[in-house]
Amino acid sequence: MTERVERWPGVELSASDLVEGKVTSTRFRPNAKYAWSAGEAMSRFLAELQEGRLVARTCDGCERILFPPRMFCELCFRPTDAWTYVRDTGTIETFSISYLDKDARRIAEPILVGVVSLDGASPRMGLMHYFGGMTKDEIRIGMRVKAVWRPPEERRGSVLDISYFRPLREAER
Amino acid sequence: MRKVGVVGAGMTLFRRRLQETPKELCYEAAKMALDQAGLTLADVDMVVSGSAPDAFEGIHMKGEYFLDGCGGYRKPYTRVFTGGGTGVFSTIAGWWHVASGLADVVLVVNEEKMSSCQPHPQSVFAHIWDPILDRPLQPNLVWIFAMEMNRYMTVYGIRKEDIARVAVKNKRNAVGHPCAQLPDPHITIEDVLNSEVMAWPVQRLDISPPSDGAAAVVIASEDAIRKRKIRDRAWISGVGWSIDSTMWTDRDLVFPEYVARAAKMAYKVAKISDPRREIDFAEPYDPFDYKELHHLEGLLLADKGQAPVLTREGVTERDGDLPVCPSGGLMGVGNPIAATLGIKVGELFWQLTGQAGERQIPHDVRTGVAQAWGDLMQYGCVVVMRA
Repeated sequence: MTERVERWPGVELSASDLVEGKVTSTRFRPNAKYAWSAGEAMSRFLAELQEGRLVARTCDGCERILFPPRMFCELCFRPTDAWTYVRDTGTIETFSISYLDKDARRIAEPILVGVVSLDGASPRMGLMHYFGGMTKDEIRIGMRVKAVWRPPEERRGSVLDISYFRPLREAER
Repeated sequence: MRKVGVVGAGMTLFRRRLQETPKELCYEAAKMALDQAGLTLADVDMVVSGSAPDAFEGIHMKGEYFLDGCGGYRKPYTRVFTGGGTGVFSTIAGWWHVASGLADVVLVVNEEKMSSCQPHPQSVFAHIWDPILDRPLQPNLVWIFAMEMNRYMTVYGIRKEDIARVAVKNKRNAVGHPCAQLPDPHITIEDVLNSEVMAWPVQRLDISPPSDGAAAVVIASEDAIRKRKIRDRAWISGVGWSIDSTMWTDRDLVFPEYVARAAKMAYKVAKISDPRREIDFAEPYDPFDYKELHHLEGLLLADKGQAPVLTREGVTERDGDLPVCPSGGLMGVGNPIAATLGIKVGELFWQLTGQAGERQIPHDVRTGVAQAWGDLMQYGCVVVMRA
């Protein structure tokens, strides 16, 4: 460098330097709002969620059952072929026990969250979602789970129409 | 393609908050890189800049906003962006300007100022998620890395303490870095294992900090290097980049296939057939300790699931057979996303020209590889450099 460099530029500030106005700064709070059109595949996906069903698309090129559904296959780069339902049971592929909320604030009761691959879709095709009905010590990769749906009148056409995935019971296997 | 070398590098301090504006940070890093190369802005044909999403700084057209600090005005100037991969990718963009014969000298400047985003830049990371599938769940970015780390650990039966060794090594390596934000000569594996759980298995000391900073490199053709009698140069002998699908819940996160594809491309360009024998040291992207291991496997420098063994055996220490992150990495020096250029490509340059001072690898090193990673765990880019 590093050997030949005598001055490393940069003046460090502490959080209080900004918050308490010890250094000159300006402030701005953007007020940006968005409405996203859900598009072809996701509109049907969300409508089906409201009916308590999980829908996928099939591709005749690679013979995969694509979940979440899409109108084109990224592998074959051609239109997908048909709608098909997958089951609301699946396997935990991975998970985290989060003590952080979306803004990195600390929370006391951890969120169990992870990826669940759905039965009936191609291997390892899944969805990120919450897990419940299990403790942080019970959750593990490979655990079989089933969706807990919100009551029909509370569904809004959102991934939140599923409250969480709970352990699959012996009788349901 | 023409032969291309790095002839100078510069960087600012990496800190949680810096007083300087993005423009001022760019200027400082760019000026240092030019001074090191013995060149002035008049010698520069083209300028490339790199920076992460505008939302961190709250200034759209960030590339235009700080271009004066990059020395870009009235020149062919481009800002490139490949998420966290920008830290290495901007050098690849500079390389193709020179390799193609379009330019003789290119200045590459990367900058990041994450502290402007209040109270924490995490809130802006929320905007990278799919608005329909992911955002209703109110995700935190740490979640996906925790999920990837968990799958990596579970599939290969890797113990947490073997991952913590990476944090210890890099934070100790960073002690020799004059710009380091989190160097720690006394840190132990126990410190990492006992640190606050953020999103299990990610704990506080498994993760690199948000940082402010800038870094720059000067890239020149072989002709220009000869004509200007530039002494310190390290050749860019291979470049590669690749991206995987954004449908991350459809991918097995256990192996970074996109890094492997980028590495194979770079090794092919560099005519490297046996990377483990031919590469002397590595600067893989280490925003989390497990990522260094994951990326060593993606770079084909370790068998799948075996990078923790190399770490445990001391192979990746600065005086080991394959020094990894001798700079101190993102874990020790800091993580101003795109500006990590200074500890990836910059470190390769300083090591290969024998200027790394306290951090100099004690044995002779001729070939190094730098790698960066970004977007939704999907982007990999690789640069191979030779003395």
